[in-house]
Amino acid sequence: MAPYEGMIAEMVTLVGHNNDEISAYYARPMGAGPFPGIVLIHHMPGWDELYREFTRKFAHHGYAAISHNLYERDGQGSPEDVAAIARSNGGVGDTQVLGDTDSAIQFLRSQPNSNGKVGVIGTCSGGRQTYLVACKSAQKVDAAADLWGGRVVMEENELSEKMPVAPIDYTDQLKCPLLGLFGEDDASPPPSQVKIHEDELKRLGKDYEFHMYPGAGHGFFYYDRPMYRIEQAVDGWKRVFSFFDKHLDKN
Amino acid sequence: MCSYVVQQARLKGSGKGPAGWFPLTQANVTFDHPTVAFLEESLNIDFFNNESDASERITVEISADAARQLVIAIENALENPH
Repeated sequence: MAPYEGMIAEMVTLVGHNNDEISAYYARPMGAGPFPGIVLIHHMPGWDELYREFTRKFAHHGYAAISHNLYERDGQGSPEDVAAIARSNGGVGDTQVLGDTDSAIQFLRSQPNSNGKVGVIGTCSGGRQTYLVACKSAQKVDAAADLWGGRVVMEENELSEKMPVAPIDYTDQLKCPLLGLFGEDDASPPPSQVKIHEDELKRLGKDYEFHMYPGAGHGFFYYDRPMYRIEQAVDGWKRVFSFFDKHLDKN
Repeated sequence: MCSYVVQQARLKGSGKGPAGWFPLTQANVTFDHPTVAFLEESLNIDFFNNESDASERITVEISADAARQLVIAIENALENPH
């Protein structure tokens, strides 16, 4: 007989930045654990079905996983409608990202079956925000995976009130191992910016592994989009789980 | 891409969505990944009523070539009224 397998996936409420209540999708395996935790930071197109699937995928692999809604304050509705409003509002500010994500990290670590380790992963804008959290979170982050996060490196004219500092400038504060997956054909981040980021990590002696995939651009895990690249995505997922299994002490 | 950067235009007019006609006050224009169109990148326009919620929105996602043709068609229509 195969061993019993099951999971619970449901909505929970977190108290995020500014003490605002935000929704989060929480999926975890059935059983006593202990389980490592993963916080998933959704991409710019929104807190959508894809992120629900990614969250359950981590639960399937033995993680307690949570994906919080960074667009909660922008309204309710279909993910694409809410994302359009979020975009119109100038996007999510970095301070809010940190406050909301800290709350998700705390939530996972406070569960009785947590093994005490929590990693963070995000794609697209969530990749940039993952790096931000890995450097600046008030909570302990044990490992972080930035998947094609654009604007880690930013020009002066790209800075704004909501994003006042380029995350690369926080690199000296990076406190955990970092995985980065990128595509050679991506325009954001272009390989030239990934190299600038990698050079900075190297210069400061940080623990990182970057993989630049030929034949892939942005979002190559998104199986329902033309940007999907099966070979690179299959390899990328293996690297993601191998990285977190190692750094989050998964049994 | 995926940067929250938008080009915005103030609008005066009206649009028709699933619930009928509504006032249009703003257009957000981006060249980024589409939500549905089977394109790697698309020119996206969101027509909004700022005084309403997210549901009052008309959105289009078209290829770069289509967008350029649309620009020409609009210019031509403005130059050659009636």
